[in-house]
Amino acid sequence: MESIDPRPPSPDPDGGKAESTEPKDSGASAANASESASVESSGSASAAGSGRPQPVDLAGATSAIYLRKSRAEFSRVSRRELLKLAPILALGAFAIPGVQESLLKKGLGFSDWISSALFRRGHLAPTFADSELTAFDKFPINDYDVDDPGIIFENWSLAVSGAVQKPGDYRLEQIQSLPLMRQNTRHVCVEGWDVIGRFGGTRLSNFLSVIGADTSARFIAVSCADDYYETLDMATALHPQTLLCWEMYDQPLTREHGAPLRLNVPTKVGYKQAKYLTGLKVTNIVEKVGYWEDQGYSGYYGL
Amino acid sequence: MSEATIEITRTADDGSETVARAVYEHPLPVRICHWLNAISLFVMVGSGLQIFRAFPSFGAKIPQKDLIDWPQSLAIGGWLGGALQWHLTFMWIYIATGAAYLGYQIFSGNYRQVLFTHRDIPGVWPMIRHYFFLGPKPAVHEAYNPLQKQAYTAAIGLGVLSVLTGLAVWKPVQFSGLAWLMGGFHWARLWHFVVMWLILAFVFGHLVMVLLHGWNNFLSMLTGWKKDPEY
Repeated sequence: MESIDPRPPSPDPDGGKAESTEPKDSGASAANASESASVESSGSASAAGSGRPQPVDLAGATSAIYLRKSRAEFSRVSRRELLKLAPILALGAFAIPGVQESLLKKGLGFSDWISSALFRRGHLAPTFADSELTAFDKFPINDYDVDDPGIIFENWSLAVSGAVQKPGDYRLEQIQSLPLMRQNTRHVCVEGWDVIGRFGGTRLSNFLSVIGADTSARFIAVSCADDYYETLDMATALHPQTLLCWEMYDQPLTREHGAPLRLNVPTKVGYKQAKYLTGLKVTNIVEKVGYWEDQGYSGYYGL
Repeated sequence: MSEATIEITRTADDGSETVARAVYEHPLPVRICHWLNAISLFVMVGSGLQIFRAFPSFGAKIPQKDLIDWPQSLAIGGWLGGALQWHLTFMWIYIATGAAYLGYQIFSGNYRQVLFTHRDIPGVWPMIRHYFFLGPKPAVHEAYNPLQKQAYTAAIGLGVLSVLTGLAVWKPVQFSGLAWLMGGFHWARLWHFVVMWLILAFVFGHLVMVLLHGWNNFLSMLTGWKKDPEY
């Protein structure tokens, strides 16, 4: 029985498609060719009498390709095609409790890695007109513990340590003697809300050069009066809009907003912008990234 | 159409032979992308709903979930940090799948199976009439009818938009131009949300149609071969 009959091409309902279907055909043809070949090799002795498909000269097939198969053979083809989808089951690893945690950690790490690669040092965060500012009393106050950790301002200083030439305690007047910069930038919270605020202070990069920081180090780690802690990558620390901030809305910082000194980093999400700073360390190694990060939030979270 | 076709023969006990037909409708890359996309979309929506629960749309200090909430069973991640881990992990699978799908469709020419073009316009109205029981079923010549093409083309566009709005929400500074196009971070967030609902609307319609069109149709997205096609 002649099992392959290259029939006349079926009527093409859509003339415009004729030339377009060529690439698709070749893919499908390959699958059929291998099927035919395997049938041929396994049963060549009885092929002629059993109605098995013969290998077909696909190069000669022009438009329609008809293969004839028994139900069992079609099931076999179908099953083989189904099995090709099996690699997708690897995603099931995400359902295994122990593995899931490490996979998600890797996924978040990958996102952070891409984030730092996307970071452009000279690319500025959008700035806004004074008329677009969120009213000061509408600027949310978020902290993890207390609104006011009770700093005694007269005794306050910033303890600088790590890879710096001039470690020690820096008083607020010393920091405020550096060039003042004010900016209206968007403050984005990881919860999704955003406000536009006015911040004033000096570029962190100014302060880093005053203390003689080794800017080839990887991190700036800060500690806070309320035991909050944070880490900035060096590229972000050197960004021209990253401020050591002592003003909001042209007024000295209020206690709830982080007096006497906080970070303002328009290229980072809100939780990176620590308040009530008490310490600053330039370092290559951080054991703890940040209060929220150590609970599972992104360590980089650049905007 | 000139897809590869198989004739399936069945010989009954009395020797009489019946013949069914099957066409190769979904190439392997399309099937892989379809199921990877289904899984990653499920995770993106689930973790997105959990992320949404943290959003104080009714003012600071008023957690969203106090006023509007999704059943916890629909959300993925358990808490904001966990949901972000899922979202920021599976978005890479979602993006890679989408890019691989688009690349394959374009370079193989297979996009013609799904892309709605001006040639499909005349078939739209008769198909709508048929779906609303007002007209006869138009003749089927290819894998997808004009309304299907419209739906799939729109879904692909929505997929692209979901990525673009998502990038604007994730990186409103690095992609400040993209965020600006959407009206800034605040609006980009809203668009991202709207696009999700439009995708869910598509998924709902898609699932209804899959149920209506039976087992052979469903199987074709698993094996590639559609048995007893209408064309």
